[in-house]
Amino acid sequence: MTPTTHPAPSTGAFDEAALVARAQAGDQAAFTTLVDHYHRKIYRIGKNITQNNEDAEDVLQETFLKAYEHLAGFQGNSKFYTWIVRIAVNEALMKLRKRKGDRFVSLDEPIETGEEEVKREVAVWEDNPEQRYSREEIQHILNEAVDDLKPDFRTVFALRDIEELSTEETAEALGISVPAVKSRLLRARLALREKLTRQFKRKGEDVFANL
Amino acid sequence: MLTCKQFLQELNDYLDPNIDAEMKNHLNAHVTQCPNCFVIVDTTMKTLQVFKGVEPQTIPEDVKTRLWKALDRKMAERKLD
Repeated sequence: MTPTTHPAPSTGAFDEAALVARAQAGDQAAFTTLVDHYHRKIYRIGKNITQNNEDAEDVLQETFLKAYEHLAGFQGNSKFYTWIVRIAVNEALMKLRKRKGDRFVSLDEPIETGEEEVKREVAVWEDNPEQRYSREEIQHILNEAVDDLKPDFRTVFALRDIEELSTEETAEALGISVPAVKSRLLRARLALREKLTRQFKRKGEDVFANL
Repeated sequence: MLTCKQFLQELNDYLDPNIDAEMKNHLNAHVTQCPNCFVIVDTTMKTLQVFKGVEPQTIPEDVKTRLWKALDRKMAERKLD
């Protein structure tokens, strides 16, 4: 029985490449430091894609167990973080497939872009919606909005706008093209804007009264 | 001038802080003339702000504990290999 591998408080700067090299050489403490550094993000990715606490926990565990298992195979062509994001996204999408049964979800599925008119709600928002609702209410509104997105869009939005990966990193993590990331992100942003506008629009006023 | 549809295709670039000046001017020419797109830009920016402004949900302690336990087991197995 090994002692519990709670990481020691980190000293000095976080050097991902050096930690990965040490972990690959068998240094378990180095791997533990990587887990400690990234586990919140991986949990959040799992939560944002699956929209479910249990699934997010499974994604979290599976991601790091698989990363540990396959660490020797990690080539270092990409960043370690991008590599584990890719594992996490695959795990999360697998969970979704299981949960949604026959509603097959694939990131490779072609999606129509551009031609389809996005139905638009054009209205200015009330001031500072963040202050008018409680934190829980805001969280609930955002969760519902994200939950309504198709998984393809939700996944790209989670990586680009929540985790702040670059377009290229997102494309790499998802195994899709840069233009596909861009078009999905646009659709996701417009769809979310639409939903939040219905929630936060200034009520009882002509839309353009102030313009 | 761009149509609204053309402008919205470029919305991500317009919101990208690294957009080049020429493209920005090109897109500004539409947005300063079009109240609808102005509102869409404004509310899209606000949408992103709301998402970014939410504090990350903390991981429940029991979830963390189970993660470390699972890792311990995995690492112990590997040591025995």
